[in-house]
Amino acid sequence: MSFKSNNKVVQWVEDRLPIISVMHHSIYEYPMPKNLNYLWNFGSLAGFALVTMIVTGIILAMQYTAHVDLAFNSVERIMRDVNNGWLIRYIHMNMASFFFIAVYIHMFRGLYYGSYKAPRELLWQLGVVIFLLMMATAFMGYVLPWGQMSFWGATVITNLFSAIPIVGENIVTWLWGGFSVDNPTLNRFFALHYLLPFIIVAVVMLHLIALHTVSSNNPLGIDMKGPQDSLPMQPYYTIKDLFGVGVFLLAFSVFLFWAPNYMGHPDNYIPANPLSTPAHIVPEWYFLPFYAILRAIPDKLGGVLAMFGAIAVLFILPWLDRSPIRSCKFRPVARIFFWVFLLNGLALGYLGGQPAEGWYVIASRVATAYYFFHFLVMMPVILPMIERPRELPSSIHEAVMKS
Amino acid sequence: MADGATPANSAQGSGETRREFLYLTAGAMTVVGAAGALWPMIDSMNPSADVLALSSTEVDLAPIEEGQSVTITWRGKPVFIRRRTGAEINTAEETPLADLPDPQPDADRVEKPEWLILVGVCTHLGCVPLGQKTGESRGEFGGWFCPCHGSHYDTSGRIRKGPAPKNLEVPPYVFLTDSSIKIG
Repeated sequence: MSFKSNNKVVQWVEDRLPIISVMHHSIYEYPMPKNLNYLWNFGSLAGFALVTMIVTGIILAMQYTAHVDLAFNSVERIMRDVNNGWLIRYIHMNMASFFFIAVYIHMFRGLYYGSYKAPRELLWQLGVVIFLLMMATAFMGYVLPWGQMSFWGATVITNLFSAIPIVGENIVTWLWGGFSVDNPTLNRFFALHYLLPFIIVAVVMLHLIALHTVSSNNPLGIDMKGPQDSLPMQPYYTIKDLFGVGVFLLAFSVFLFWAPNYMGHPDNYIPANPLSTPAHIVPEWYFLPFYAILRAIPDKLGGVLAMFGAIAVLFILPWLDRSPIRSCKFRPVARIFFWVFLLNGLALGYLGGQPAEGWYVIASRVATAYYFFHFLVMMPVILPMIERPRELPSSIHEAVMKS
Repeated sequence: MADGATPANSAQGSGETRREFLYLTAGAMTVVGAAGALWPMIDSMNPSADVLALSSTEVDLAPIEEGQSVTITWRGKPVFIRRRTGAEINTAEETPLADLPDPQPDADRVEKPEWLILVGVCTHLGCVPLGQKTGESRGEFGGWFCPCHGSHYDTSGRIRKGPAPKNLEVPPYVFLTDSSIKIG
């Protein structure tokens, strides 16, 4: 970092706080692999979504009232009386979904190209932490409008902890601050829903520091060996990321302006009623695969463990996949099973949205079993036995020049 | 790069008019887009429809006796209504404008001399002056006295002494009948 500026003020600050050189290094001259495809846009898109959520969220918090008697009406007031309130709330609602879309694509990209493998294990694990924090934040945010889905979603999810042996009931009472989901619950969920995004920002910073320490993976999954393999961040990837944001916002606008409630559930426009559960309660779409896993296990504690296990297994993924080859481009068998795993995940999502009866239950069990089979058997045991990876190119530059 | 630019100099925008033009227009559109996205958020902090709907208040004056004051709420602020006595009206009308820090004749501050209607917020830093209730200090000029920093207002609500720069504000109001008004 040999940053020198002719501007005396800039140099004065730089000599005392190297913020400018760090920024210059990390968003200007930072060398990126030159063969990245558009799947590498989704990290910056997720970052964009996070900032959008925080900005609109702070604006909404200025109008929202966290009280069981007032919350529902305060949200309706935002929709009807607050200047542009409908727009800001719909941005917040739909960007939550788009945040998850971006993050899921980002995660599957990591799975396909082996971005979790050495030396990027911590980078991957920090990503899983962000994913967990996002899920907690999204869940608590969904409770705030205090509609029927808010209330019963909160009831069901907090009751998950009652599956813990011995202390389960005490923990649930503690989570609620009472003997059912009620005003104390709503208040603390609001406080935490406001807090967690800033913790996410902090973990994103760690994610970025880790990223810039080990540098980005790329579609070939081989390391950059010199300047001929890379391009500077600015202008090549700043512009590409901005272009991605433009396309992302176009897709987002379709939902925002033409189908703002498409990804929501109409029952949440009915005020919460602690005496009547809606006939068919489902979580938001981004939780459906995990919800399906929860319901697939015919045992309370088992279901909860399986659901959390489905995420916990991602933490140890870097050590479950024993192939030294990162990118599925050069793994003919792993590539096939990546797509099988993706389809299985989509199937779990579909099944999580269906009633827990008939063949849906059987299918959920098969898909749940396959989910764990993929990580615990396919990756560490079967693939190393049957797969012969293709030969890796000697450098990114050589592969790019050949194509 | 048909025009022979190398990545090094194109990144600095040195002398390539087409690229510089693209940078400028893209930058300008980014600013326009960001401003367009920010405005709805900033505007959401302006008074909302339900707040604006509460911006006028009707008051029945009939129960107020001569010499009596009442305080009502308009837009979340106190409004002083005082049915002035003949002596108070005379004092207000006869005060020479030269004695006033914020010169304004009493006639400009009332619709009917009997009824003085004021926003009860001190023009110094926003406290509510004393003088509405019996027994409260009315200051040295028989009007109102602000206890926060010692501003004295006269029987027309004009500032006479103390740090406040302006007279107490007269809200917009109309007489609906002889004995009722609508403020706002």
